[in-house]
Amino acid sequence: MLQYLIKRLLYAVPTLLAVLTVVFFVARVLPGDPAQVMLGEQAGAEAIQALRVRLGLDRPLVEQYVDFMQGALSGDWGTSLVTGRSVLGEVLNVIPFTIELTLASILLGALIGVPLGAWSALHRNSLVDYATRIGSLFGLSFPAFVMAIMLLLAFAIQLDWFPVISSGGGGSVSERLLHLALPAVNLGIIMAAYITRVTRSSMLEVLGEDYVRTARAKGVPHRAVVWQHCLRNALIPVVTVVGLYLGILIGNSVLTEIVFNRPGLGKLIVGALTQRDYTMLQGLMVVYTFIIVVVNLLTDLTYGFIDPRVKYQ
Amino acid sequence: MSAVTGDMAAAPPRANRALRQLLAAFNTNKTSWVGLATFAVVVAIAILAPVLATHDPIEQNILEKLKGPSAEFILGTDGFGRDIWSRLVYGARLSLWIGGVSILIAMVVGSLIGMVAGYFGGRLDIAIMQVMDVLLSFPSLILGLMVVAMMGPSVGNLIFAIALTAIPPFARIARAPTVSVKERDYIEACRALGYSHPRIMAVHILPNIFPEILVMGSLWLATAIRVEASLSFIGLGVRPPTPTWGGMIREGFENILDTWWLSMAPSVAILVVVFALNMIGDGLRDFVDPKLKGERGG
Repeated sequence: MLQYLIKRLLYAVPTLLAVLTVVFFVARVLPGDPAQVMLGEQAGAEAIQALRVRLGLDRPLVEQYVDFMQGALSGDWGTSLVTGRSVLGEVLNVIPFTIELTLASILLGALIGVPLGAWSALHRNSLVDYATRIGSLFGLSFPAFVMAIMLLLAFAIQLDWFPVISSGGGGSVSERLLHLALPAVNLGIIMAAYITRVTRSSMLEVLGEDYVRTARAKGVPHRAVVWQHCLRNALIPVVTVVGLYLGILIGNSVLTEIVFNRPGLGKLIVGALTQRDYTMLQGLMVVYTFIIVVVNLLTDLTYGFIDPRVKYQ
Repeated sequence: MSAVTGDMAAAPPRANRALRQLLAAFNTNKTSWVGLATFAVVVAIAILAPVLATHDPIEQNILEKLKGPSAEFILGTDGFGRDIWSRLVYGARLSLWIGGVSILIAMVVGSLIGMVAGYFGGRLDIAIMQVMDVLLSFPSLILGLMVVAMMGPSVGNLIFAIALTAIPPFARIARAPTVSVKERDYIEACRALGYSHPRIMAVHILPNIFPEILVMGSLWLATAIRVEASLSFIGLGVRPPTPTWGGMIREGFENILDTWWLSMAPSVAILVVVFALNMIGDGLRDFVDPKLKGERGG
């Protein structure tokens, strides 16, 4: 296990460097002048040039690249042009909210999706199966902000069960949960739609395996076949796919945080966008890069943990 | 022996066979047809927008603002007195145009990259696919957001950003069959006949992977439309007053306590299109990738 862990960690290093290079490419090499975008179309040439100098955009590209990589890797992700505070500090302030939201929605998604998918597979082609398939397809067709607006309208504005602005909540646990509920349900439903579909197809595959037939032939009770032989094996692809969909979840959390006005990375990035805070944007891209690399790493590790065969490959 | 001569024959029969398989996949799952029909209606609405629109989608008429549905304004008017129905049908044009063009670019560029990587193999293959993996590790929405934020919002930049996020999956799906096909006898025969690499790829390999790419296209079109709408909602879409679905939802959402209904019509529109495309893709997904791994999105 340790060897596998080290190997995976070492693999993550070149990926991280490559992804950071992509970020640098997006920020500096693509056509479009950040100084121009920040100052707007009416800005004079002198103002643009001054900002270019201030941001270091006038220096040779190689020099900028080396600087960027050094900064990114040493945790110096720049300071906000607007507030003057460090990007790292701003991120640390809000990241607990984003992590809390992400974990809650994965949990919710798994709690709904795994049983529903397994049940659907066990009753293949029944009315329930059909409804589950159409329902989950419908669920994953929702853009996150559309569902969020509908939930907000129904449960916060009309019924008044939850706060309209999910500030994240005060100190008490119940308050925090109250603020977390709607955003987490929003992302959780979409996640559940994905998980249901993967669990169903993976479960169907396992149900057709020889060892399941053997177990049945031996007279193993139905319940034990389902729980011990099928579900555990069927969950292996589910974990990988949850890892893959974490990307979607990260994207969707941005939209969710905007709709519910909840603090988090997404709101930070949109705030930087509206204030044209270039250094903050670039810093947040680096933050997302790290998150994505770490998430991929964790998915790989979990995969190895659930399926011992992976380690020996 | 007969199989080999069959392969040696011209490419079209092979392409036809693949397309027939595609049709068969459509027929085994009726939802695909429902999806296709729905999508066709939306495309027709977008094409006929100038005919269907009852008002100018951009011209403001403050006297008529925030009117409810009536004979004159089918879906009512927005905060600037613009007809929502007219904005909706013109918005369909933009959504489909940005989504369609970006996926078309991603299909062409992605399959080309994947075919070249798979066909030539070796270090080139490894290098190309590693770049693709890196791009793939970014969620579509986040990468799109970064690119548009840096380049500024415009139709061209949105298309570029969305195409960029969709290239890697097409490269992947084009590469795998290329690797297996290039070892076949008939490709060897083509080489012996002195055919050029581009000719072999275009005439003898492309028909093999074309149906898969088409199916992936329908799945990714759904993602592209969703990402475009999301970026517009964030405020990174085509600039107002041009009607976009995401932008219309944003306008309704900004005053959600007073004018919440403004965001309902475009929300339903996006949902219908994405659901229709997902229904098409759902029936055909087994055709591409039985394990659902090809599907990712914003």
